[in-house]
Amino acid sequence: MARLEKMPEPERSHIAETKLPTFDTHPWVDGPALSKRRVAIVSTAGLHRRDDKPFTFDPGDNYRVIPGATAANELIMSHVSTNFDRSGFQQDWNIVFPLDRLHELCDDGYIESVAQFHYSFMGAMDPKNLEQSARKLAGLLKKDKVDAALLVPV
Amino acid sequence: MCTRAVGGLAHFIEEEGVPTTQISLIRPHTEAIKPPRALWVPFDLGRPLGVPNDAEFQKRVLLSVLKLFEESSGPVLRDFPEDAPTAKAADVVWACPVNPARKKIDLSDAGEMRAAFKKEMMELRAWYELAVKTQQRTTVGVSGLEMDQIVDFIGAFLDSVPANPREDISLAFSLNFAVDDLKAFYYEAAAAQPGSASPTAEELDNWFWGETAAAKVLFAVKDRCLKKDDKMMQLLGKILLIPMSQSSQFGPNFPAN
Repeated sequence: MARLEKMPEPERSHIAETKLPTFDTHPWVDGPALSKRRVAIVSTAGLHRRDDKPFTFDPGDNYRVIPGATAANELIMSHVSTNFDRSGFQQDWNIVFPLDRLHELCDDGYIESVAQFHYSFMGAMDPKNLEQSARKLAGLLKKDKVDAALLVPV
Repeated sequence: MCTRAVGGLAHFIEEEGVPTTQISLIRPHTEAIKPPRALWVPFDLGRPLGVPNDAEFQKRVLLSVLKLFEESSGPVLRDFPEDAPTAKAADVVWACPVNPARKKIDLSDAGEMRAAFKKEMMELRAWYELAVKTQQRTTVGVSGLEMDQIVDFIGAFLDSVPANPREDISLAFSLNFAVDDLKAFYYEAAAAQPGSASPTAEELDNWFWGETAAAKVLFAVKDRCLKKDDKMMQLLGKILLIPMSQSSQFGPNFPAN
């Protein structure tokens, strides 16, 4: 379980001692009721399509686009870290990329629609290095009429 | 560390005008970064939706994180009230169908280690192929190499520095992704055996790191990486080839030499 106090050493100390960014601002954007929202997944699991270049820390090469029609067998993971479980993803992609679940929530009327495009970063870095890419990504989300970005870590 | 990343991303994306919500796997990181909306979940790292192949549970997690959009102000950090379901008692007894290399391997003999490694992979191949047929899916493929090539490439590090099989990424990343594919192959093959619909991460880890010839080779390759000058190779040796928890649990039992 990801309760810090229950993690084995040296993993616990590694996580507890990680340098964390701080932010002076507290952004908050209102929107319509959940049932009227369009949702996109933004993962940090290092996900991409089988033919995409894997993540290798190349400067500026920070995220991959995952079209909404991507099949489960097309999605693989090139996250640099080995310190998290991948067996869940091997058995069911929804455990990190809940696209099937989003479509079911949409069918049941909990959300209005599912975005045309989803995205994945590889999250093993200080997020301040991802700032420019993230701000540009927000523009792409707006073009896709997304008003609910669902961020999912591993 | 990904909880740190999503926390930062949420700040940037929301500042640009797109509302965000997120799952948190490490509560103290989210408490410090204060993204607009976050749901802490008490699940394993790598399992943000809790458990594979349980759509109803996953939907409860998903709805809980999406319902944070109904909050009127933030930052808001809520806790998901349920633990991930565990396997039913009858399913808990899990053992890989392929008997791993029970024969003691001479860890000072690179040739013997490679032979045991290759034989083990070949024995698992039928289970892997069954897994792919059953699941209609595999997560193997990041390295772009065939499994025979992967075993030869990794095994070569025991006593040499092999040529990089890819031109678009460094040798260190080729090794990293080859090891990712190797582990995915073993885990997917092992999970295909009867007895448990969803073996837990701990069961699979204990089998792979504690019992296989592949793990013995990886512990030895880790040691070789630590002696290289290349920084990425050293990082592979320190924390990227073998999970820290497995190094401390099984590492001392498998000295490199």
